[in-house]
Amino acid sequence: MSDVSAQIEAVTPGAVVAEFTHVGELTVEVRKERIVEACRALRDGPGQFALLSDVTCADFPDEPGRFRMAYHLASIQTGSRVRLRAWAGALEPEIESVTSVWPGANWMEREVYDQFGVRFAGHPDLCRILNPLDWSGHPLRRDYPIGGEEVQFTDAV
Amino acid sequence: MSTTDPRTENFPLAAESREAVEGALREQRPLTPTERVIAGVEAYTPEEAAERTLANEMLADTRPGVRQPLLINLGPNHPSTHGVLRLIVELDGEVVKEVTPVIGYLHTGIEKQCENKTWWQAITLVTRMDYLAPFANITAYTMSVEKLLGIEVPTRAEWIRVLLGEMNRLASHLVWLGTSGLELGAMSVFFYCYRERDQLLDLFEMVSGERMNHRYFQVGGCAQDLPPGFIERVRAFTDEMPKRIDEYEALLTGNPIWKDRMKGVGVLPAGDLLALGVTGPTLRAAGVPYDLRKVAPYSGYEHFEFDVPTSTEGDSFARYLVRVQEMRESLRIIRQVIDGMPEGRVIADDRKVVLPPREELAYSMEALIHHFKLVSEGFMVPAGEAYAPIESPRGEMGCYVVSDGGPKPHRVHMRDPSFVNLQATAPLCKGNYLADLIAIVATLDPVMGGVDR
Repeated sequence: MSDVSAQIEAVTPGAVVAEFTHVGELTVEVRKERIVEACRALRDGPGQFALLSDVTCADFPDEPGRFRMAYHLASIQTGSRVRLRAWAGALEPEIESVTSVWPGANWMEREVYDQFGVRFAGHPDLCRILNPLDWSGHPLRRDYPIGGEEVQFTDAV
Repeated sequence: MSTTDPRTENFPLAAESREAVEGALREQRPLTPTERVIAGVEAYTPEEAAERTLANEMLADTRPGVRQPLLINLGPNHPSTHGVLRLIVELDGEVVKEVTPVIGYLHTGIEKQCENKTWWQAITLVTRMDYLAPFANITAYTMSVEKLLGIEVPTRAEWIRVLLGEMNRLASHLVWLGTSGLELGAMSVFFYCYRERDQLLDLFEMVSGERMNHRYFQVGGCAQDLPPGFIERVRAFTDEMPKRIDEYEALLTGNPIWKDRMKGVGVLPAGDLLALGVTGPTLRAAGVPYDLRKVAPYSGYEHFEFDVPTSTEGDSFARYLVRVQEMRESLRIIRQVIDGMPEGRVIADDRKVVLPPREELAYSMEALIHHFKLVSEGFMVPAGEAYAPIESPRGEMGCYVVSDGGPKPHRVHMRDPSFVNLQATAPLCKGNYLADLIAIVATLDPVMGGVDR
């Protein structure tokens, strides 16, 4: 077990599901209910992952958890990085918001909500950000139609 | 789907205001803070506005000394907001009480489009995100794909990437300096900066054939070697440029108007900036020496000698000084690159990924097959995910790619520094004058093409 996983386990035992290193990048998979505790543990822990670089998501329609969240954390002292991942669930994808740990997650999570439809519990301002407010559907889902359908905004021409 | 309500037909902001309310009603939830601001902004049809004014006057407390907050809408097409940024500002007199940025007016779904292109076709799209730093976008993307492929980039290609990346940083900072000067009425700086930027664009055109949105870097290296005479022209430019930077500084650094408008304006402590995810010159101006070129060197940056300019003030003036200093450091790096440019290949020698040289197609059947396979189907990238962060002119630009093992990306995501840094607008501007809001947004240097993607 790596230092990072040990740090998380020390604060919330049982949170880490798996960990592996691929192409030189450490990925730690955590239970989605524990994502906030895991983030806080890493931010305040000795690894000093003070910067939340990025929050994003990828859609895997065939997987049971379907929406795989990826949180990229960085240490500004050493430059070391870790990726936390968690599956948000297929039917009603929802995960706790990390805005309480990093206020900067606000827009990143709004983008994921807008593009994937993953809801963030406890988010202070969960509405669309890149698409218009009355947009229907979530464009970055793999089953979003990409051709053949009527082009949106045709009524505006 | 936007409603074709005849009342709002020619009033797009009024339509948007209505959508905010209707959307929340449909989902049976209260309006979020952003939606409430969008719904409340004075973007009504003339009839509605008349009605509301009447209603407000009846409700208003008109006793002497009582002031009502004023909600105004800046943008999306405001000349001072660097593209299509919309800021809804709540004012008390001239003082900003609250700012709500509304973005997405330039959203073109580049990340979705990438999923339906092959890995090498997507390069063309990602360059168009942050249009002032195309070489940064493309470096982040190709680096993340190279990570998954496990392909080794030749040293010369890495050095060319550093060279063009630093020239791009100069060009981007010149646009920032010129437009920021314009924001505060310093007209001549704009012309000077664009004059030098044009020289840089000429050099980019020489190397890639395009003045903007260059598709010069490829997975595995660079598309071609540098053209003959390029290094000499870059050298002439680097000899000239320090004097030019002195000129800008002579116009601005000691200028009392510039100092008055910049010093002590838009300050936020480093801890707050970090919590908001702000990186780049904005964070360094607040005293955190976080520069990925130093902290986690990539593409051979460990070979070059340069300093990371920082300041402790954290105000607009510090951000200005840090950027100007960065331009000088970029020149230092460029000089080291052109002095020590190694010879050798400019792209990896891997026929499964890299196009064969054009002339080989005339006599080698094997090269023709490789060419055909690469152009028609593209190359396969092993399944997995990778995140490649680089230091763009605006901060940490990261590219997250997920591959399912096929010829097309499963997911491409750009962590654009403009998008994240823009969140600091509200805390930076609160309590300042409206006129300073324009200058503060300018020193954040957002590029809306990168924000909205």
